[in-house]
Amino acid sequence: MNSVPRNWRLRQQRYRLVGEICESCGVRIFPPRDVCPECETMEQKEVAFSGRGEVYSYSTVYHPPRGFEEFAPYTVALVRLEEGPLVTAQLTDLDSEQVKIGMSVEMVTRRMQSGGEEGPIVYGYKFRPAIQPAAA
Amino acid sequence: MVLKPRREVGFVGYGAYVPRYRLPNAEVARVWMQGQGSTPIKEKSVAGLDEDVVTMSVEAARNALSRAGPVDPNQIRAVWVGSESHPYAVKPTSTIVAEAIGATPYTQAADWEFACKAGTEAIQAAIGFVGSGMARYALAIGSDVAQARPADALEYTASAGSAAYLVGPAREALATFEGSLSYATDIPDFWRRAYQRYPSHGGRFTGQPAYFTHIVEAVRSLMECLGTEPPDYRYAVFHQPNVKFPISVAKQLGFTVEQVQSGLLVNEIGNTYAASSPLGLTAVLDIAEPGDRVLLASYGSGAGSDALSIRVTDAILERQRLAPRTRDYVTRRREVDYAIYARYSNKLVR
Repeated sequence: MNSVPRNWRLRQQRYRLVGEICESCGVRIFPPRDVCPECETMEQKEVAFSGRGEVYSYSTVYHPPRGFEEFAPYTVALVRLEEGPLVTAQLTDLDSEQVKIGMSVEMVTRRMQSGGEEGPIVYGYKFRPAIQPAAA
Repeated sequence: MVLKPRREVGFVGYGAYVPRYRLPNAEVARVWMQGQGSTPIKEKSVAGLDEDVVTMSVEAARNALSRAGPVDPNQIRAVWVGSESHPYAVKPTSTIVAEAIGATPYTQAADWEFACKAGTEAIQAAIGFVGSGMARYALAIGSDVAQARPADALEYTASAGSAAYLVGPAREALATFEGSLSYATDIPDFWRRAYQRYPSHGGRFTGQPAYFTHIVEAVRSLMECLGTEPPDYRYAVFHQPNVKFPISVAKQLGFTVEQVQSGLLVNEIGNTYAASSPLGLTAVLDIAEPGDRVLLASYGSGAGSDALSIRVTDAILERQRLAPRTRDYVTRRREVDYAIYARYSNKLVR
């Protein structure tokens, strides 16, 4: 996570949820990989996913791994994207008691790690409860 | 004096963002004033732990693109972010935002700075960029996570938010641009030196010689050049550091309270600095109707005011619902106390 070259290499999937469609069997893939996990061919096309999905399962982290202390406690969820893939990500903009399996969430680009006072800031996808329209 | 390109341009998309957390003024007064004394606003927005000018700009920009119809982000030739709280001292905010919205790599990314008017100067520059024919689209963003020294008067109002405008050809626009004018002089009303966490301000300099003179001169001169009068405008939006100033400057200029009310967000979200008047304008565009004229005037300490006149087109009606409205963000509200605010705004050391 705190490797500068790795963060740079993954910026498209981290910032924009860029995954792949397998041109052979049509399955949606995230994160991108060389070989389709369904049909084992190598023909994939890049696509940015919508970012809409729902919580498949979740857990609240009180003792975070090194580098994530600043956000603890935080909730990590498996999010089922509407295109199909299951993505592991932090939830944000909510209190942990609000989380429900099946709740609608949407992707936002947020700080993953602040890098202390001198390091590079890492940005990436998190999910939050879908914005509700205000009463007119 | 009036700034207007030869080619007709306008706003093709617009988008707002306000963080979820709110600090009531009563909490600031409780901690520093034993709960006594008057407070300038009801409450202010506070950025979450994982939010900054980059993340807020990205969301406002995505909302602007959602409202722009079928614009390919690869055709955006400029991504400009105006702010006084860029996350890095050296490393542009704009390249991260451009990457996150898919506008890289053939784009002129740059960061702008001028206290609270960095957003409107990016808008003016984008109008020039598109109006000259150099670009089909240019994205201008005003965004801030404003800092205030604990117990300072600014702590009641300094808040967080972002507004983005995609400038493009007038025939695609939801509001066309009629003209703009800037008025700037050297005023010692507010500053922050390098390596300092919090800004300083020059007491009585902030009112009459700064905010009022610059906005009044910019707006009066613009209306004179365009041959318009206050009643020609359905809405007017002024920079809003508190509730009193924008209402007072509106009256001085001959506008009514009704004309400024719809774009006046400061009582509910505070002073979002470079996003302040641009967010007032997104709130107005959310409810505007075809044919409405809107006047916008920013103010940035140091000091200057950019005044713009726009006219809303028929396209507004189908675009308004394509992204969350400003009001959706304002009502998405989670109150925090001073202790949580201190943690979220990095005032606690461990």
